[in-house]
Amino acid sequence: MGSDQLLFFGFAGVSVLGSLFVIGQRNPIYSVLALIVSFFGLSGLYVLLEAPFVAVVQIIIYAGAIMVLFLFVVMLLNVPREGESEWDKAHPNFRPWPMRIGAVLSVLMVTELVWALSRTPGMTIGVADERPGNSSVAELGRVLFTDYMFAFEVTSILILIAMVGAVTLAKKREH
Amino acid sequence: MSIGHYLVLSGLLFSVGAAGVFLRRNLITLLLSVEIMLNAVNLAFVAFGRQLGTVDGQIITFFVMTVAAAEAAVGLALVIGLFRHRESLNPEAFTSLKW
Amino acid sequence: MGSLLDYLTAPTTIFYLAVTMTVFLALQISAAVMVYAERKVAAFMQQRYGPYLVGPKGLLQPIADIVKLVFKEELKPKAADTLLFAAAPVISAVAAFTAFAPVPFGASTTFFGLLPEPMPLMVADVNVGVLVIFAITSMGVYGIVLAGWASNSKYSLLGGLRSSAQMISYELAYGMALATIVMLAGSLSLREIVDTQSGYWFGFIPKWYVFINPISFMIFATAGVAETNRAPFDFPEAEQELVAGYHTEYSSMRFALFFLAEYINMVTVAAVSVNLFLGGWHGPFIPEAYGWIWFLIKLSVLCFGYLWLRWTLPRFRYDQLMAFGWKLLLPLATINLLVSAAGVLYFGL
Repeated sequence: MGSDQLLFFGFAGVSVLGSLFVIGQRNPIYSVLALIVSFFGLSGLYVLLEAPFVAVVQIIIYAGAIMVLFLFVVMLLNVPREGESEWDKAHPNFRPWPMRIGAVLSVLMVTELVWALSRTPGMTIGVADERPGNSSVAELGRVLFTDYMFAFEVTSILILIAMVGAVTLAKKREH
Repeated sequence: MSIGHYLVLSGLLFSVGAAGVFLRRNLITLLLSVEIMLNAVNLAFVAFGRQLGTVDGQIITFFVMTVAAAEAAVGLALVIGLFRHRESLNPEAFTSLKW
Repeated sequence: MGSLLDYLTAPTTIFYLAVTMTVFLALQISAAVMVYAERKVAAFMQQRYGPYLVGPKGLLQPIADIVKLVFKEELKPKAADTLLFAAAPVISAVAAFTAFAPVPFGASTTFFGLLPEPMPLMVADVNVGVLVIFAITSMGVYGIVLAGWASNSKYSLLGGLRSSAQMISYELAYGMALATIVMLAGSLSLREIVDTQSGYWFGFIPKWYVFINPISFMIFATAGVAETNRAPFDFPEAEQELVAGYHTEYSSMRFALFFLAEYINMVTVAAVSVNLFLGGWHGPFIPEAYGWIWFLIKLSVLCFGYLWLRWTLPRFRYDQLMAFGWKLLLPLATINLLVSAAGVLYFGL
């Protein structure tokens, strides 16, 4: 197995296992930490795809900022484990079958996706085979500020709205 | 590695995220599953961008990340408000609007 | 198999491993040196002697400290989360060491002709090096916040949350100052940024970025001091306020790891400042191949500056600290970035 393939399966395994831990854990802090591990796996995959800038930005923004926000909220609210808060004990989950059917349906979705992809022509072309990659940050900046300038400006307004919204929603109401 | 490998991985991650949204009874884990789905989409974008040799795939990932950050912030603010109301993060506790 | 053995015994690999081991050991020794220097500098600034019993002039004091820490009893609060309690100091220390990887400390060298082509003196020559350092210092926040949470005590939790909130707030000004220099240099790789600072104006003023953009240097230094939780920004771990903040419940080797992580973070921030603003390893009178001597001299000056700050200034209160970071430093860094961008466009730098 070439080193390229080994790295791909290694990082892919880390990502998938991390994601499975996220949805399998009862303790929300462990879920958040598992997702951070999954993001590191994804970052490795971006490096393999010759996108080092995206890989580093993924760590800085996702694993370094958004997940810290999640962690802060979980810690400050002292989120109980699933099924152990007062409301959960008063309303136990009587309906396990919808969950089991839901799990089966998810597995079915994966199978369907893989089946559909195997029927699509052109899936075995190597990612790096046809054209050379472009990983220069200068090129990224140039395209971002010329072709995608409108989206960039709109995104800044979006972030402003999100900031104002988050602060307003999370403030304590003065009764 | 072929483009098929990356797309299968992206599909797998997306399904794991979707399963998390449907199966988990905890609002924080719900938001985390949505983040997993967005990351799966990012991976597909970057893989296709690499195959076509342009940087567009990478640029779209920036926008996806920004939107994910904004959505996580507002979502968590909502979670804080809901938790203050009911002391539970079970989405089934907030069914007052159901008939 | 043959090619693997050839690869492993090639001179390039051997020297690369030697450079990595040197950096690793040098960082640990620098932490020990900083411990001693801190106590001596503090003592002389406070008109007393400092350690002088252990070894000549107290030089063996760090070794005594380490031996004491190794033999201390490892305590763990009963209600602490075992996995996170053990993992938090490891995360801090790993992030601290790894952040030094993309930092170059000398000119590209062929080690007196033993290598076929010159090799840069750094552990990882990535072309987005500046951002990698930034990313890994963001990871260091997790060590602190998890330590605060896992200790399951109110002093630790408050200290951990305050400390990490401070760190992520000052990362913004840090990043803006960094972005200004990246714009001036035109590259994200630290080695290339240092290379653009070689040469002199008028024959004697070196072309360092601290002379072109001193405000950037001051913002970066201030944000760097706040990032590493050092005085005057060390409210979250001040003894008089929060017992010891996030590492209250830690003892022996785990505390030693936090301690180590803090000093190595200081050295990393100082090293990055030297590379970004003070010309890295360029300096007069010493041939380029021994540029690492100049790097060490400049690094020592900045580390002394760190110690000087700690024992001279009183500490900020927490709300003053956060207000300073958000309301003063961040707008200043943004305006600096805009003015520098205008300058680059106008003067064609």
